[in-house]
Amino acid sequence: MTTKTLIEVKGLEKHFGQGTVRALNGVDAEIKQGEKLVVIGPSGSGKSTFLRCLNRLEEPTGGHIFFDGVDITSKDCDINQMRRRMGMVFQQFNLFPHKTIMQNITLAPVHHKLMSKKEAEARAAELLKRVGLLEKANAYPSQLSGGQKQRIAIVRALAMNPEVMLFDEPTSALDPEMVGEVLQVMKDLAAEGMTMVVVTHEMGFAREVSDRVMFMDDGRIIEEGTPQQIFSNPQNQRTKDFLSKLL
Amino acid sequence: MSEWFENLKLQFDLNFIQKDRWQYLLTGLGNTLRITLFACLIGIALGTLIAIVRSTSDRVLPSMRKGLGRTLLNIVDKFCRVYLTVIRGTPVVIQLMICYYVIFSSSRNGVAIAAISFGLNSAAYVAEIVRSGIMSVDNGQFEAGRSLGFNYVQTMWLIVIPQAIKNVLPSLANEFIALLKETSVSGYVAVKDLTKGGDIIRGVTYSPFMPLIAVALIYLVMVMFFSWLVGKLERRLRNSDH
Repeated sequence: MTTKTLIEVKGLEKHFGQGTVRALNGVDAEIKQGEKLVVIGPSGSGKSTFLRCLNRLEEPTGGHIFFDGVDITSKDCDINQMRRRMGMVFQQFNLFPHKTIMQNITLAPVHHKLMSKKEAEARAAELLKRVGLLEKANAYPSQLSGGQKQRIAIVRALAMNPEVMLFDEPTSALDPEMVGEVLQVMKDLAAEGMTMVVVTHEMGFAREVSDRVMFMDDGRIIEEGTPQQIFSNPQNQRTKDFLSKLL
Repeated sequence: MSEWFENLKLQFDLNFIQKDRWQYLLTGLGNTLRITLFACLIGIALGTLIAIVRSTSDRVLPSMRKGLGRTLLNIVDKFCRVYLTVIRGTPVVIQLMICYYVIFSSSRNGVAIAAISFGLNSAAYVAEIVRSGIMSVDNGQFEAGRSLGFNYVQTMWLIVIPQAIKNVLPSLANEFIALLKETSVSGYVAVKDLTKGGDIIRGVTYSPFMPLIAVALIYLVMVMFFSWLVGKLERRLRNSDH
């Protein structure tokens, strides 16, 4: 595996409401190319905020984030350009309801002139085939199940050929029987070597797929390590408490 | 009974046929439609713009970094608020007369001034309608757009506004029906619109029944046609959410 650092986070802070709520309290992290990082923690621990800061959907209050060596928190950084290199998948899917599945997927690459319409549609068809939803190309999002919507959302992000995929609790809004199909797509993606940062409550997925697990609480990284270390032999009391409640 | 019919025929002849008086209604209708159409266009364009400014500042002003952008947005937002307050707080006839006698006093093109005046008025109402539509679109839509690398304006234009407009189509249709009927006060500034046309006939024939009923019927038919059109459009847009 290459050891190039893709994302570097230094002293990241995020405060809400004039500093009364401190969602992130100085987070340092490094994500290498091809690495699969899973972020776990109780709700309100800042794990989603951390993820959303990585593409500045949440504007950091302090600290720096470097993506491929570029400080994306700096004023001169064109964040729209950087976001094209980072795919994001949301808990609530956020497909565009007024567009067909095909239009959802091709909208960004065609509009950003990364591909011609034809190329984008060919690429979309190829990706749809991979997630087994090619026959839904002309359907509207409202005609799909939750699991199908989330697979389409992943395809939509992949259509931009991103260098990293950010997942914000991708299976939390799904009915239990649909979780598997989405996780399978993510596993396939991981096997292909995609760099992934995943905020999730799916400990099975974390154990199976991740290279590194990061446990957060109170806006800080409490403990991190390989899945074996974290799940079998957690060092910190808070990590132990959290995991004992889950398992 | 036949006497009554005979009388009706005479009235009809007097009010519409003699001296080609129906032409008052026809040119009036033309002016009414012209004023409404252009006012509509101004209303949608300016109203949407104001709605975007207002909802943008509601969304981003509290978390924006200090700087030129923030100051500028703040000023434009304040201006929009004042505009909405003034326009919605004064009668449209007064606004029309101020436009005609004060602001554009050098021009005597009544139809154009009326179109601008009603357009500026309608924009204030459209702005609030579209703003409510923008706020009804889930914030996740906005975030999804931004996460795909679209800038603020592109996200608004490609993703949020189409959904917002769809959500508020019934209210927008209502606003334009109101606008069409509001133009009937154009006579105040010597514009020969449909209402004025009927009134002119009434003035020369001294028989109010026929011309006024005819004018009312024409408005009614236009509104019904417009409602039917909007209903069709709504059904087409609804295709995406079976």
